[in-house]
Amino acid sequence: MADLNKCTISELSEKLASGDCTSVDIVNDVLASIDANDGNVGAYLTIDREDALAQAKAADEKRVAGSSLPMLGIPVAIKDLLNVKGQPCTCSSKILEGYVAPYDATVISKLREAGAILLGRVNMDEFAMGSSTENAALGKTSNPWNLDHVPGGSSGGSAACVAADEAIASLGSDTGGSIRQPAAFCGCVGVKPTYGRVSRYGLTAFASSLDQIGPITKTVKDSAILLETLCGHDAMDSSSIEIEVPAFGKELSTDTSLAGMKLGLPKEFFVEGMDPEVEKSVRDAVEHCKSLGAEIVDVSLPNAKYAIAVYYIIATAEASANLARFDGIRYGMRVDGKDPADLYAKTRSAGFGQEVKRRIILGTYVLSSGYYDAYYKKAQKVRTLIRNDFTEAFKKCDAILAPVTPTPAYKKGEKTADPLKMYLDDILTTPTNLAGNCALSLPCGFASNGMPIGLQIIGDDFQEETILKVGHAYEQSTEWHKRHPSL
Amino acid sequence: MSETHEGMDVGYVAKLACIDLTDEETTLFQGQLDQVLHYVEQLNELDVSNVEPTAHAIPVYNVLRKDEVGTSLNHDDVIANFPSATDGHVRVPKIIDQ
Amino acid sequence: MKYEATIGLETHVMQKTNTKMFCSCKYEYGAEPNTHVCPTCLGYPGALPVMNEKAIELICKAGLLLGCEINPYSKWDRKNYFYPDMAKNYQITQADEPLCLGGEVTVEVEGEMKTFTLERIHQEENAAKNTHVAGASLVDYNRAGTALMEIVSDPCMSSASDALAYMTHVKQVMQYGGISNCDQEKGQMRSDVNVSVKPVGQKELGAKVEIKNMNSFAFIQDAIEYEIDRQISVLESGGTVVQETRGYNPDRGETFTQRTKENAHDYRYFPEPDLMPVKVSKEQVEQWRSELPEMPAQRRVRYVEQLGLPEYDAGVLTASMDVSDWFEETMKHTKNAKAVSNFIMGEMLRLLSEQGLSIADSKVTPQKLAEIIALIDAKAISTGGGKQIFETIFNEGGDPAAIMEAKGLAQVSDDSALEGWADEAIANNPKPVEEYKAGNPASINFLMGQVMKASRGKANPGAVMQMLKQKLDA
Repeated sequence: MADLNKCTISELSEKLASGDCTSVDIVNDVLASIDANDGNVGAYLTIDREDALAQAKAADEKRVAGSSLPMLGIPVAIKDLLNVKGQPCTCSSKILEGYVAPYDATVISKLREAGAILLGRVNMDEFAMGSSTENAALGKTSNPWNLDHVPGGSSGGSAACVAADEAIASLGSDTGGSIRQPAAFCGCVGVKPTYGRVSRYGLTAFASSLDQIGPITKTVKDSAILLETLCGHDAMDSSSIEIEVPAFGKELSTDTSLAGMKLGLPKEFFVEGMDPEVEKSVRDAVEHCKSLGAEIVDVSLPNAKYAIAVYYIIATAEASANLARFDGIRYGMRVDGKDPADLYAKTRSAGFGQEVKRRIILGTYVLSSGYYDAYYKKAQKVRTLIRNDFTEAFKKCDAILAPVTPTPAYKKGEKTADPLKMYLDDILTTPTNLAGNCALSLPCGFASNGMPIGLQIIGDDFQEETILKVGHAYEQSTEWHKRHPSL
Repeated sequence: MSETHEGMDVGYVAKLACIDLTDEETTLFQGQLDQVLHYVEQLNELDVSNVEPTAHAIPVYNVLRKDEVGTSLNHDDVIANFPSATDGHVRVPKIIDQ
Repeated sequence: MKYEATIGLETHVMQKTNTKMFCSCKYEYGAEPNTHVCPTCLGYPGALPVMNEKAIELICKAGLLLGCEINPYSKWDRKNYFYPDMAKNYQITQADEPLCLGGEVTVEVEGEMKTFTLERIHQEENAAKNTHVAGASLVDYNRAGTALMEIVSDPCMSSASDALAYMTHVKQVMQYGGISNCDQEKGQMRSDVNVSVKPVGQKELGAKVEIKNMNSFAFIQDAIEYEIDRQISVLESGGTVVQETRGYNPDRGETFTQRTKENAHDYRYFPEPDLMPVKVSKEQVEQWRSELPEMPAQRRVRYVEQLGLPEYDAGVLTASMDVSDWFEETMKHTKNAKAVSNFIMGEMLRLLSEQGLSIADSKVTPQKLAEIIALIDAKAISTGGGKQIFETIFNEGGDPAAIMEAKGLAQVSDDSALEGWADEAIANNPKPVEEYKAGNPASINFLMGQVMKASRGKANPGAVMQMLKQKLDA
């Protein structure tokens, strides 16, 4: 039995159920793949091998005892901003060095309850601020399809480890595209659930009104299975919504027909400066959906073009407050000072990376006396307009098709000098975070340089079922998901 | 915004945010953030005087919990995370009145 | 020139909840440091706040008791500032949509009824407790995040006595309403005071000076008086009062500059994304209104009308809720309201004030006072004997009947003993006996005194009188 690490959750569940393999076998293959490739890919920050194997052994024992939990024995990699009791949680930042989480995030409890194996912690942009995982203080991550290229971000480690078959699935978080964009860059599937669908308790906050945790997997069906595990109301998160969680995984059939489905195509999402190969792949995907029986309708999201401006005001403002707690007083790194103010300034200067400082300063500024109305309040109002655009659009269609990013994964260092340019790349993903609705990213082609291209399927509030159905039909009737990078 | 944005005083804002910046960082951020703020000015094209602001994407109300005592953290775990501890307290440089 | 002062108060009151405002950690004064803490109140990464239902109920009830309108829609904001006692380096509070709006209280100030208006009451969370040691400060987060509400008055007062009357009333209402214990020693009630001074008749207010964080009513009064004098002398010497934040040093009886306007905080308020707004329906408000407990004014009326106490007694008994509650508890064990009132107003309040104790510390319990009163009513002891017993228990504890025995305070009503003393008095004092028989009834008092003397005060005076009359009138 070899290469279990290359299998999907659904394949492994069958093998485990039929006794073809054990969870210990899976973990061993995954660890072997990490040993072989992670030196190049650099997805992982920490792995506790013994603990992973112990969890696998326990899962195998549970299975023998008759358990058939949905994620039983499946190893999942965890983005480094989720709290796992007894583990570090650095958020790829020096400022959290030494912090040991004394509690489990709700999604971690849910994974444990579902029988999953917590494999290790994967790299990210510091505090999820970035689109390339280049803003990481504790490790460098490469794109498995071409090690000179970025894996995307901020959940770069989460996408890279899945693409490199160094994990079966992973958890990421998406504030402005941080699941969908790295999934697209690495040829994986990623879901940003509707705001409130998945509890944020235990997720180190970047921008509280935008953050959502979601899965990164090899197939749409796997995302459905993992998402179902993560969802559900949580009394610890006031923004968690009490709404029924459909059996996402079971809903997906082998039938790939999209007959009766209306898919919207927003002209505003084919932006100026878009890579022609990306545009072509996405338009081909639209045609493919049409061939599966979907009706394609034009929709308009006229205010989506303001999303970057709105996003960088709201996200940085919230972040400036959310990251104020990293002050060297109660946990993490401390650089001593002559008084508390001196200690804060020294600790935060030494502990935060440049992008984090830049965003905290921007966020502090837009909230400061005299500027609040002009920036923050205005951004909140335009946010309303963006949300209204989606409400209108979903009167005409069941889901929206769009690119995920204007370009495929670029080379490392290409955009680090120009933050604004990097920010503008989020133009196609941020509108959904601002509006709150859900979206899926999945592979729809490859550029001539071999880098994957992503298709975004955007759904209305709590319509994850719909986007998973469309994504599954597209995926199962195409071959893109079967490709693996050669490492 | 056009009337408000005359260039950010990065030094002042960094102080508010309790971050010491080097001169290089101050100069670098000044240029970069002025550029971002200039970009953001496009929001001025929109008349939003009659638009309600959105603070929560999916609004719900009255998310309350019962006044029942739950489990607090293990004291030793709390102390273990303190960078400096004395007699069960976190120790900090002397606080002078604000 | 004549000047007048304008004063406003921001009073912070800790609500009586079991748990903190946004997490389920227990609030317990005096617990071992950092034992009632969790990821939320320590500001750990990933932790989130969830509102305490009881705190919302209590602040709204406080609002109803102070005449506020309950805001049908209120929301939460973050107030950003760095300080070691603030775990997240922002405080969750309510900036523009507080739970309670407006309000007014009418109180007596130096014999005159005055109405003071409120601006608002908003909910927030408390800070941690700092203590200072050589070269460092120590922080205990047990208090961090506990439910704290801020009662903001309009700038509608003009003297320290106004402020005192207002605060006394607020405290009484909070205690009677079950909103807060307002134990100032424990920091459960603290006030910031805004003082400005202007020439009499001038419309615009003078520069506002804020004196921060005082917990004793006496200090607040002193600080206000000091500050009014200080500002007047600044103006009179041709100077300008600087808008600033000052502290009060009770040892020196002076206020001092803490922070000038130039160094004022920029709090960068914005809506708290982690908490959802609160909507309060009219039905909910009416439900809460119907649950409001009796206030002192209502108790006073009841004491007079139902228990037959004089107005004066009712006023003294209800001045403090502790005392009033103690009185009510005693009334569960006796029907003699006036006797209870006399003991409380007399012995109890005197002894408490002499010894600097509160009624909760009294070794005389309501049951014991009821027993003492029962002994008096049964004529087993005299009123004076009752007072002796009361004071003994107050100081040393003990059981009323046992002390009566031990101190030989039991009255003698036994006919044979009384008869012996009466016969002796009549035999030994022929002159008063003659006078009595000749029609001077007052002469019996001398004989009575002789009997009491012979019994060393233990004879029951009523029984002695009856016995003497029987013998002399026969």
